[in-house]
Amino acid sequence: MLGTTFVLALRSIRRHLLRSFLTILGIVIGVGAVVTMVTLGNATTAAVQKQIASLGTNILQVRPGQGFGRGGGGPRPPEFKPEDVEAIEKQVTGVTAVAPQAQTSVTAIYNGNNWSTTINGTTDAYFQVQPWPLQAGRTFNAPEEEAGKAVCIIGGTVSTNLFKGADPIGKRFRVGDVSCDVIGLLTIKGQAGFGGDQDDVVIMPIKAVQRRFTGSRDVRLMLVGVDQAYETSQVQASLTSLLRERRNLGPGEEDNFNIFDTKQISDTLTGTTTLLTGIVTAVAAISLVVGGIGIMNIMLVSVTERTREIGIRLAIGAVAREVLLQFLVEAIVLSCLGGLVGLIIAQIAIVAIAPVMQVDFVFYPGINLIAFAISAVIGVVFGYFPARRAAALNPIDALRHE
Amino acid sequence: MASEPIIRLRGVTKVYGTGPTAFQALRGVDLDIEQGDFVAVMGPSGSGKSTTMNILGCLDVPTEGEFLFRGHHIERLDRDQRALLRRKYLGFVFQGFNLLSRTSALENVELPLLYRGEARAARRDQAMAALDKVGLKDWWDHSPAELSGGQQQRVAIARAIVTHPDVLLADEPTGNLDSERSVEIMELLTDLNQTSGITVLMVTHEPDMAAFARTIVNFKDGLVESVDTRHRQGERVRAH
Ligand SMILES: Nc1ncnc2c1ncn2[C@@H]1O[C@H](COP(=O)(O)OP(=O)(O)O)[C@@H](O)[C@H]1O
Ligand SMILES: [Mg+2]
Repeated sequence: MLGTTFVLALRSIRRHLLRSFLTILGIVIGVGAVVTMVTLGNATTAAVQKQIASLGTNILQVRPGQGFGRGGGGPRPPEFKPEDVEAIEKQVTGVTAVAPQAQTSVTAIYNGNNWSTTINGTTDAYFQVQPWPLQAGRTFNAPEEEAGKAVCIIGGTVSTNLFKGADPIGKRFRVGDVSCDVIGLLTIKGQAGFGGDQDDVVIMPIKAVQRRFTGSRDVRLMLVGVDQAYETSQVQASLTSLLRERRNLGPGEEDNFNIFDTKQISDTLTGTTTLLTGIVTAVAAISLVVGGIGIMNIMLVSVTERTREIGIRLAIGAVAREVLLQFLVEAIVLSCLGGLVGLIIAQIAIVAIAPVMQVDFVFYPGINLIAFAISAVIGVVFGYFPARRAAALNPIDALRHE
Repeated sequence: MASEPIIRLRGVTKVYGTGPTAFQALRGVDLDIEQGDFVAVMGPSGSGKSTTMNILGCLDVPTEGEFLFRGHHIERLDRDQRALLRRKYLGFVFQGFNLLSRTSALENVELPLLYRGEARAARRDQAMAALDKVGLKDWWDHSPAELSGGQQQRVAIARAIVTHPDVLLADEPTGNLDSERSVEIMELLTDLNQTSGITVLMVTHEPDMAAFARTIVNFKDGLVESVDTRHRQGERVRAH
């Protein structure tokens, strides 16, 4: 009997294409919106997590000053010194390495090509605390670091703009007044999403930067690598007390430095994107329900419109159950069809939008399956009421209906 | 005729509505229809002809009284049982044709077979045979909108006989047709009655059409006023 019903439902849909199209429009939009939102949301979360992972997760960033939005007035807090770096490495347990940083803006020149970039002075520890492999060449050796030699490792953006595709290793170029040998090329990290282009950088031994550019022994920023086996919060606590002691802060005084836990930033950002995805998905889900009500509405109208047809079917011997099933199957077939079209539209939308949002196209089978299942359920739920109404009609009254 | 009548009504009443608005459309109808008969039901408008046809066609139930089909009491059957009875034994033709719109003649004729669960090929063959019988074999893929009134009614007849019913009920089948088309329909019904042995019950206002029948039942005020069996097969009396 189900086969018969299926044939009847399909015939009816085929005969009333416009009506069928209008019926499924809500479902198409609902399913399309839900799948697009969830997929793009997931892709964004994944992209954010990937960017954060590129910063390194078990890193504490230590800066002088009281952090964002605090300590506006008063004297400038003292910078860190190389001794602070040594002290942290030696005295705080759970620290793998400390990379000091001293930065300044420079213009790099090679063969007539000018490029404004940032020069970042650090030590070999920089490449230990965070995962940033070299694409070619090598990092600094101890004598170079000790002597503050003018050797450098450059990021992809600098390489592209200065050397225009030529192999930069072994080339000599000018940064400010200094001639500098390229010993290494970093792999491309890409946009950070915040903080701009990470590949637009020239890395030099910190001593070289301090002597030839900043003219002081100041350390602007320290990246403290934390051993996986230790709690970041504990390491952060001992680090804080050590720095307070070294900076002679009394018990009542506030910290004049701040420590950022990248893992915390990562969690916060992931939480935010997940929340946003959730909200947008909820809105899309509402549109799916509205789509379901649309199906019910049009099915109800079509019961009224099709009263005579139902009368004919009953008169030639259809039992109520068969009329009910036909309407129900029609609703389910329609909503599944709507779901399918919605899925296809969603994939097209994702392919179109993903590059704009700078995320990768990903096909998540789960959300597609769920959205399709929901559209089928909507067909059953919202198709049942009109179907029951059709089946309950009295054949004589139905036939007399104009 | 000695054999048991295929249809027997005894004291059938029908009351529409309840309370002060209640209306008694049938007031105790007694009627026997012999197997293989061709019956014309006549009478003034509002005399209860359609009400009786609906009861005979198992589309409606009597308020009181007995309805026997082949000796079986069926006045107390429920909705679904009546539907199955219609599906198996009865064919219906209406004044307004009542074909499914936007649906080919073939699919319209197939419909009862679909509900019987016939296979696709069998459905097609039987529906084509029925269309052939009513002379519309070449029109199988036309929708009702593409057919004349007479053709539509013939499709409706094909749909009614495709299941080889025992009884064909027709409520004013020629009511919407001109006299030439009406005669064609009557000839078709006569042929079905004679060659297929289908018992035909037909409501008509026109004595010309009733003249094709063998038995004439006259209704008046919700009662059978007279049953006239003087018409013999082949003896078509022109009434005035
Ligand atoms: N569904 C109904 N509700 C109320 N009255 C009805 C209904 N159907 C028919 N009637 C009334 O019953 C009477 C008989 O109707 P009907 O059997 O259709 O007459 P006929 O077909 O002989 O013209 C009429 O007076 C009609 O108004
Ligand atoms: Mg009538």
